[in-house]
Amino acid sequence: MSRINSPDELETLRKDILSKRDANKPRITLCCGSACIATGSGEVAASLEAELEKQGLSDQIEIKKTGCHGYCERGPMTVIHPEEISYFQIQPEDAPEIISETIQEKKVIDRLLYTDPETKEHIVKESDIPFYKYQERLVFGSNGSIDPKSIDDYLAIGGYAALKKALYDMDPEGVLEEVNKANLRGRGGGGFPAGRKWEGSRNDPEKIKYVIVNADEGDPGAYMDRSLLEGNPHAVLEGLTLGAFAIGAHEGFIYVRQEYPLAVENINLAIQKAEEYGFLGENILGSGFDFTVTVHKGAGAFVCGESTALMTALEGRVGEPRPKYIRSNIKGLYERPSVLNNVETWANVPLIINKGADWFTQYGTEGSKGTKIFSLVGKIVNTGLVEVPMGMTLRDIIYKIGGGIPGGKAFKAVQTGGPSGGCIPEELLDLEVGFDELTKAGSMMGSGGMIVMDEDTCMVDVARYFIEFLTDESCGKCAPCREGLRQMLKILTRITEGKGKEEDITTLQDLAETAKGAALCALGKSAPNPFMSTMRYFRDEYEAHIKEKRCPALSCKELIAYHIDPEKCKACMICARKCPADAIDGGKNKIHMVDQDKCTKCGTCFEVCPPRFAAVQKISGEPIPDPIPEEERIIRKRKKK
Amino acid sequence: MSEFLLQIDGKEVSAREGMTLLEAAQGAGITIPTLCHHEKLEPYGGCRLCIVEVEKRGRTNLVVSCVYPVEGDLVVRTRSEKIDRIRKTILELFLAHAPDAFELQDLAKEYGADKNRFEKEASFCIHCGLCVRYCAEIKQKNAVGFVDRGTRKEISFIPEIASKECWDCKECFPLCPTEALQAAYVLSQALSSSSPSLAAESKKQI
Repeated sequence: MSRINSPDELETLRKDILSKRDANKPRITLCCGSACIATGSGEVAASLEAELEKQGLSDQIEIKKTGCHGYCERGPMTVIHPEEISYFQIQPEDAPEIISETIQEKKVIDRLLYTDPETKEHIVKESDIPFYKYQERLVFGSNGSIDPKSIDDYLAIGGYAALKKALYDMDPEGVLEEVNKANLRGRGGGGFPAGRKWEGSRNDPEKIKYVIVNADEGDPGAYMDRSLLEGNPHAVLEGLTLGAFAIGAHEGFIYVRQEYPLAVENINLAIQKAEEYGFLGENILGSGFDFTVTVHKGAGAFVCGESTALMTALEGRVGEPRPKYIRSNIKGLYERPSVLNNVETWANVPLIINKGADWFTQYGTEGSKGTKIFSLVGKIVNTGLVEVPMGMTLRDIIYKIGGGIPGGKAFKAVQTGGPSGGCIPEELLDLEVGFDELTKAGSMMGSGGMIVMDEDTCMVDVARYFIEFLTDESCGKCAPCREGLRQMLKILTRITEGKGKEEDITTLQDLAETAKGAALCALGKSAPNPFMSTMRYFRDEYEAHIKEKRCPALSCKELIAYHIDPEKCKACMICARKCPADAIDGGKNKIHMVDQDKCTKCGTCFEVCPPRFAAVQKISGEPIPDPIPEEERIIRKRKKK
Repeated sequence: MSEFLLQIDGKEVSAREGMTLLEAAQGAGITIPTLCHHEKLEPYGGCRLCIVEVEKRGRTNLVVSCVYPVEGDLVVRTRSEKIDRIRKTILELFLAHAPDAFELQDLAKEYGADKNRFEKEASFCIHCGLCVRYCAEIKQKNAVGFVDRGTRKEISFIPEIASKECWDCKECFPLCPTEALQAAYVLSQALSSSSPSLAAESKKQI
């Protein structure tokens, strides 16, 4: 491939690529994102390929291994085009049938289709499935149709058209103005307007400037940036190049976690291909603009997702934040103007340049424009990545797209914004998601993690869990974060163990105020959020733990006991056999009892007791009923007549 | 170099560009408590005790004065109810490590900090980094550094360097605001648990 040296050459190449493709030709797209690979899409791909070979169809049918489609709950998944027939949870053994029935005979295999949990109806098309139907997949949509390893695929969907437009039909100010007009806000955490950040760098007199992709995604349960980088790396590269052009940077960096091997592989390959084609390097598309990109693999510290810590790490030093009184877009990497945006923010830029700010701003709310990808996880029927217009209510995301709470349990809270985000209770389910709306509710957008919790979740324990995560990930440089979190964790642990004291809440509040007011970086300043938001909405749970030594969600091990209701126990022996601590006394026809001294509260008896008996109960905050007299423990079988 | 005029605790103070708020205050004879600050070392901003309130264009923010660069038209307050409360909590967190350190006790009296508020911690170290930074910036030996991260972070001497450099120096010990014994202990540990020859060396010296 020779470098493309002009816009005309680019369009000729694009036409050439498209002329060799027939949209009506049968094509199998198979999700090969990390989540689907984990559930076996590699094996499925191999067996589909072998089967095509066997049935002599190898050169007629193409198998496209794409990035993440989002519906990770039901991987591995495949979509068969042009009919858009979508199959879920396919196994390698399904391959012969898929090829012979669906590809050859055009017959749909019902058992592999999505089945609506309520109506029990099968749904054939991906876009008709509720999980997808209510989404607006502007940024994430291409993931399902292109092979991330193929630059031609990206060109076929109009890739690098925005770059061409910027280089030839616009000037840097024009690109900046468009992003400003679109009011694109940073998708990585704070929601700072990208245009304003860029403008600061652009206007700085320093000649050398940098653009950086923050792909150090570290929030537990969040993986949208990984999926974008794995599934559509050129979109991120194109966005980054547009940013570099707008601010006058000639060097860019991608800071990506080394725990994302596929993302690292795909972005490196994308850079190599883009250089070959002339989308990166010297004299891009013959325009005279030079720009190179280097990939830097992070070593796994959560705090390196914080902008100044990330830049310090890029410089080769210990990844600790530094004071931000002069913003990093003025004095960032090597003390030079540096624009850092996260993966999703950069991936939005080509869309804005291609389609214009007016198109972009039709999506979203007054203050938050466009769409946002959320990773919907936790106690939710449809786990996966969802992209919705800003302003959709939490209720719609959780119930319409997410399919609600599994197992008939009640919703309790949704945690948004990553570990230092907050928990939003049921009464705020109609909240429209947006940067300012979530902050007002005591949480934040963060990078888009959304962890759904049901009635069995203890909110004090949730706060303890996230504070533990942050204690582990604190860099340790400043006292309010390092020492404050250490003490918060100790106190919260004590409360969940039933050893809370009256003054604990005030102490936690003082520690929270100190971290929020005095910590060095955003991690420390927002670290008390898990405590503050649960205290705001679930104060009663804290009080129950402290005053009554009771866990209302029946979840904190130290505060609960397992008890077998003698009225309900049928002496079936299941729990006694499964108990790993040998703590269940009883036998055949003898009502079982839990020996509280031996019980480790693992919950096995509770789980295995047949639902029709439901004899095992969890008790908290009240005494365990006295055992019944020995003689009453014998169940007499009725004699058969 | 431009001069700035700012107001600290109601007093007009002039400062040169490039100075920190702390330096400007100290130059005007206004005391702000610090633990990790040392005039010979680069500002660090670790202990956060020198936190102050600045008012700029009608907005009030909490900033840390040892790293905040001066600007014109700033209104600075070095004491307020909120600042005092934050300093008290930070001191209490440090007192869990070093309840008997003189410097901490004096400050505790000033801010009403209770040394028993938090459970005692095993290490005296409050991570001011003075020893680490002094060794790196002034002595340029890097014999002592921080290891690990977050709450597991501790100072540690590098045996190979320490065995050559430390015995004749020990200039970092008196810098310690809590208990120089901590550094001495970590140093001897580093030397005795390393190679046999270094251990023998350290035994001789101790």
